[in-house]
Amino acid sequence: MLLKIAWRNIWRNRRRTLITATSIFFAVFFAIFMNSFQRGVWDNVINNVIRFYFGFVQVHQKGYWEEQSLDKTFVLTDELVNSMGSPKQVQLVVPRLESFALASHGTLTRGTLVVGIDPEKEDKLTTLASRVSQGEYLQAEDKAVLVGEGLAERLKIGLGDTLVLISQGYHGINAAGKYHIKGLLNFGSPELSNQMVYLPLKECQWFFGAENMATSLVAHVDDKFAAAKAIRQLNTELDTAAYEIIAWQQMIPEILEMKEMKDSSSKIMLWVLYLIVTFGIFGTVLMMTKERQYEFGILTSIGMNRSKLAFSVWIETVFLGLLGVLLGLLVSVPLTMYFYYNPIIVTGELAEIYEKFGIEPSLSTSIDPDLYYTQAIVVFVITSVLAIYPALKILRLKPVDAMRS
Amino acid sequence: MKNVISVSGITKTYNPKTIPVHALQGVDLEIEQGEFTALVGPSGSGKTTLLNIIGGLDEATEGTVIINDQDITKLSDGQLIQFRKEHIGFVFQAYNLIPVLTAKENVEFVMLLQGRSQAERNKRVNELMAAVGLSDKMNNRPSQLSGGQQQRVAVARALAPKPTFILADEPTANLDSKSTANLLDMMAELNKQENITFVFSTHDQRVIDRARRVVTLEDGKIVSDDHRDV
Repeated sequence: MLLKIAWRNIWRNRRRTLITATSIFFAVFFAIFMNSFQRGVWDNVINNVIRFYFGFVQVHQKGYWEEQSLDKTFVLTDELVNSMGSPKQVQLVVPRLESFALASHGTLTRGTLVVGIDPEKEDKLTTLASRVSQGEYLQAEDKAVLVGEGLAERLKIGLGDTLVLISQGYHGINAAGKYHIKGLLNFGSPELSNQMVYLPLKECQWFFGAENMATSLVAHVDDKFAAAKAIRQLNTELDTAAYEIIAWQQMIPEILEMKEMKDSSSKIMLWVLYLIVTFGIFGTVLMMTKERQYEFGILTSIGMNRSKLAFSVWIETVFLGLLGVLLGLLVSVPLTMYFYYNPIIVTGELAEIYEKFGIEPSLSTSIDPDLYYTQAIVVFVITSVLAIYPALKILRLKPVDAMRS
Repeated sequence: MKNVISVSGITKTYNPKTIPVHALQGVDLEIEQGEFTALVGPSGSGKTTLLNIIGGLDEATEGTVIINDQDITKLSDGQLIQFRKEHIGFVFQAYNLIPVLTAKENVEFVMLLQGRSQAERNKRVNELMAAVGLSDKMNNRPSQLSGGQQQRVAVARALAPKPTFILADEPTANLDSKSTANLLDMMAELNKQENITFVFSTHDQRVIDRARRVVTLEDGKIVSDDHRDV
């Protein structure tokens, strides 16, 4: 009966209820839509960065991520690769051997990041082959390198030229090799373009004197949700005393910090939005309390417990808030879903900038569930807090005074 | 006959620290089971104040109110609410039905607060709505009823919890002659057949004419107390 009374009460002043619910609706709608787009854009950036090189999950020898040294390589066994591939979310396990080297051509020398890869698997993970702007992609048995365009330009070399690599190999041995350039790679990011050198894994292991060894195994999974599930299982499958499992969040802390900063500024806007709505709802609660003073007096006179009456008014206020939330969700859920599955394709100069940095030129939304339920919780909290006002009035109410009002 | 209401030495002073207004000055009154009593007097004589104090809606400055051997002036606020729910039925001048509930739900509401079962509530609602002649208006909301019909529903609501007595504050003030006559007939019938005690505060001569006891107040004091046969 209390629920029935509360529900019917909010329709006593239909116009006021609709105005209040509409204001909540707009707040919820804008909060969801704005957040969803913002998060979607960031997800796109993060996904691209992750897919571009890091992958969502990496496994190394324990301590490698803190101190990235060739001495922290591990033996690449079938057993280890199979264990890493055991979670159903992991579609592919991609090995890498990475270290730094000096690259020379003629009198020019530059520092480089040398990455030994399984060309076929690496292409499935990062679509590296699609970045070959000149020449050809690597084959597993090649004794050749792929070089970033920026590095090639700095060393003044081109296709078919020979690149000399000098470094310190596994356990301090000398590493030196000469490789002809099989292809040039076009990276949007200048940082990558100026320093990347790719070698087939076997050749890289030979170069660094690290036979059958790798510095990392990258798990190819669909998205961050699949990564979280895979990591949970990997923690039980792998010997975590010997290996470390690094999630994508640990690999790109700078990007996540930048995202946090942007999120903070949009949160301020959201709070302002909700503050305005709070005053709107409070206005309604204030009027409703004033108008029904008399009725509250009657109800306590006929024996309705004050706390029960206060609870009934609380339900009423929360109903009002949830009505606005429901309307907001009804509109924003399908709309954000639509833009998630049909992203806005960016064209023109903006698209070129996106592509230059290796990011898909599209703006899509995020459909993370917390985007939706957070709004419901916020409105629930606001209305619950506001409902304290009539509740206090009821608890202090004197029936005779109320009926006299 | 047993006294259901015993009021002794009741005073009520408003604004005692600033400009004191003495609404009641040492009122003593005893009402027996089954009485049909009208409290009368000019405006400001203290009728409504006395009724509110008897009903536990207002606090007396001095004196005691004993209802069914229980001194209600000693009860806490929560106990008073509970006491009113179990023992007292109220009928107000402005009907005061809950506008969002139907006539049936209004009558049922107090019983729901008492925790009565659905079957018991249904039976009682049907009986009472028949008694007040509104069986066909059960599902109407107050706004769909006339003033007289609303007041009859209010009487049914007051009777629903089977109270010891009914306090009615100017119950006919907003009714036309026909509705007043109908309402008074109905209350007189309930009084006679079910021995329910009624106490009215009223200006209305039509009510006064039907009362078997008329207590007259002036300036917060009882100036006459007439028992008569009607």
